[in-house]
Amino acid sequence: MVRAPAVAVGLAFALILSGCGREAPKPSGVATVKIGAASPLTGPQAHIGIDIRNGVELAIEDANSANLEIGGRKVKFEMIAEDDEANPTKATTVAQKLVDSKVAAVVGHFNSGASIPASKIYSDAGIPQISPSSTNPKYTLQGFKTTFRVVAHDDQQGPTLGRFAIEKLKARTIAVIDDSTAYGQGLADAFEATVKAGGAKVVAREHTTDKDTDFKAILTRIRGRKPDLLMFGGIDPQAGPMVKQMAELGIKAKFMGGDGMQTPNFIKLAGGAAEGVMASIPGLPKEQMPGGSAFLEKYKAKYKSEVELFAPMGYDAVMVFIDAMKRAGSTEPAKFLPEIGRTRYQGVIGPIAFDGKGDLVNGPITIYVVKRGKWEALETVTPGADGAKK
Amino acid sequence: MDIFLQQLVNGLVLGSIYALVALGYTMVYGILGLINFAHGDICMIGALTALTVAQALAAMGLPAPLVLVLSALAAVAVCSALGVSIERAAYRPLRRAPRLAPLITAIGVSILLQYSAALIWGKQYLSMPELVKPSEIAVGGVHLTDLQAFIFLLACAIMGGLLWFIRSTRAGRAMRATEQNPDVAGLMGVNVNHVIALTFLLGSAVGAVAGVMVVLYYGIGHYFMGFMLGLKAFTAAVLGGIGNVAGAMLGGMLLGVVESLATGYIGDLTGGVLGSNYRDVFAFLVLILVLVFRPSGLLGERVADRT
Repeated sequence: MVRAPAVAVGLAFALILSGCGREAPKPSGVATVKIGAASPLTGPQAHIGIDIRNGVELAIEDANSANLEIGGRKVKFEMIAEDDEANPTKATTVAQKLVDSKVAAVVGHFNSGASIPASKIYSDAGIPQISPSSTNPKYTLQGFKTTFRVVAHDDQQGPTLGRFAIEKLKARTIAVIDDSTAYGQGLADAFEATVKAGGAKVVAREHTTDKDTDFKAILTRIRGRKPDLLMFGGIDPQAGPMVKQMAELGIKAKFMGGDGMQTPNFIKLAGGAAEGVMASIPGLPKEQMPGGSAFLEKYKAKYKSEVELFAPMGYDAVMVFIDAMKRAGSTEPAKFLPEIGRTRYQGVIGPIAFDGKGDLVNGPITIYVVKRGKWEALETVTPGADGAKK
Repeated sequence: MDIFLQQLVNGLVLGSIYALVALGYTMVYGILGLINFAHGDICMIGALTALTVAQALAAMGLPAPLVLVLSALAAVAVCSALGVSIERAAYRPLRRAPRLAPLITAIGVSILLQYSAALIWGKQYLSMPELVKPSEIAVGGVHLTDLQAFIFLLACAIMGGLLWFIRSTRAGRAMRATEQNPDVAGLMGVNVNHVIALTFLLGSAVGAVAGVMVVLYYGIGHYFMGFMLGLKAFTAAVLGGIGNVAGAMLGGMLLGVVESLATGYIGDLTGGVLGSNYRDVFAFLVLILVLVFRPSGLLGERVADRT
């Protein structure tokens, strides 16, 4: 209570100061705009999180080398990368830290379980957030004006996988496993609902955790139910050993999962058992993205490694922010936030536009299969208007 | 029925790894009355050492069995040295201190090992090169790989060897004497410091083998893997009666089987209310039940007498 007037005075000063600044813009002055990047940089999912951070870093380098002027002022962008350890609690701490260090916008987080709690903090601070990868539908259903994503969500991805399972793979009996995270469970639930509606039988629904590596007991139980297909909602450190153990138990069923396991790392972990495994991923195949081959080359030249998953989305998220800033003529979050909703941007991943909730409109989903130790694109599905409306 | 047998086999393989790790806990407890919480992390160091050596040697193109043996030997050597040095540096100065002091030191050593490993190997999951492609053995409806059979048999051989060592050799007799009363054993000419160092060496070496088994079996390792492994093995040791070597073996096997069966049948037993994600809950529930009805563990008799 005592502090309120002080804050008001401070604010008034700040307004006066910024007002002064605007009246007499220094032509030589370069404004620094901070962009936050939040993803797991350590822990089992670090490879995916670092991939996102690299995408953001590349975008910021490109933007800086273009010598942009926004609202008549030269602008230099700066990345502040934070590690959320794929941990929801840590994610909120990181979000607060980013808000406190006055970032203009945030690219993040990777995990739905991290993006959702963090989004409230960004929303309260009025800072726009684009998740490059969080696919849980709840993320954009909270009524926040600041939440966006540049991937299709699980209500699109899960059903796409489900329809593929029923129509193309002709699966009649299906076992579903999830890793008890917001992402894994959301994806598995959406998948389960679709295959049930499509007339297939879900013969087992099992749960593991995102730390476990022993799935023998679950898989043995599933073997007794004789499914044609196993679907896993989770990330590659679990999917790899799971596929391996499935082969060891003599389960001949097909195996499919979501974007969390569509990584080179999965193939390394699963070894020979990876052959024939299918996984969907929101977005076009990296190679088929409109800006794909150029981006992949640029990425490889700088980081000496292949793009894991979401670097292109991270890159585009930054570009969407900058595009909105240009149209608004301001780097103030309050000014350019409304412009993000009106985005019509041609990014690396394809055309980017958002619906009223902040979801990507018509985000394509591609299903991949492992062939000779490599992920190969099998089929691309665009959910279309009916999928996007849900 | 074959599902039940399969779960039993799964449980026995898992249990044999738990049992090996539990031996390290129980041997140290038997002699020092100390719960060496760093033991799970020693296994982790063994696992990651083996993984690194295997990666390097496999890249050089050495034959797979040789790579396997050399990486296991490297793990055993590193862990034995590590176990003995930890005892020398961290526990020996506190041997006459109140019991809480070495316990907290053990927790500190555990954290030290975890984060040293995180610095050396990084925090990501590491994958073990697939040295030998395990071939399947199907007996009736039960599937197991030669690797699983090998893990189980090797674990049994090590446990048998250890029991023989403790019961029938001179050094084993010295260990048993120290366990009963270190001061009197010292008066009888037993070098207590040597016996304790030997105990740490044996426990850590066996733990290293268990760590190698884990990375071989699951093909994956990371700096935090020792925590849950250690916790489960400690549970197994308590289950069997901590301080009792045969008890640790029994407890490990039992815990593995209980976990496996619980995961397989908990859904059916509770009508779908509890799912397979409650598997760890089940393991610790068994521990609580044993402690309530048989506080000294299944085979533990003497523990209650110790002061």
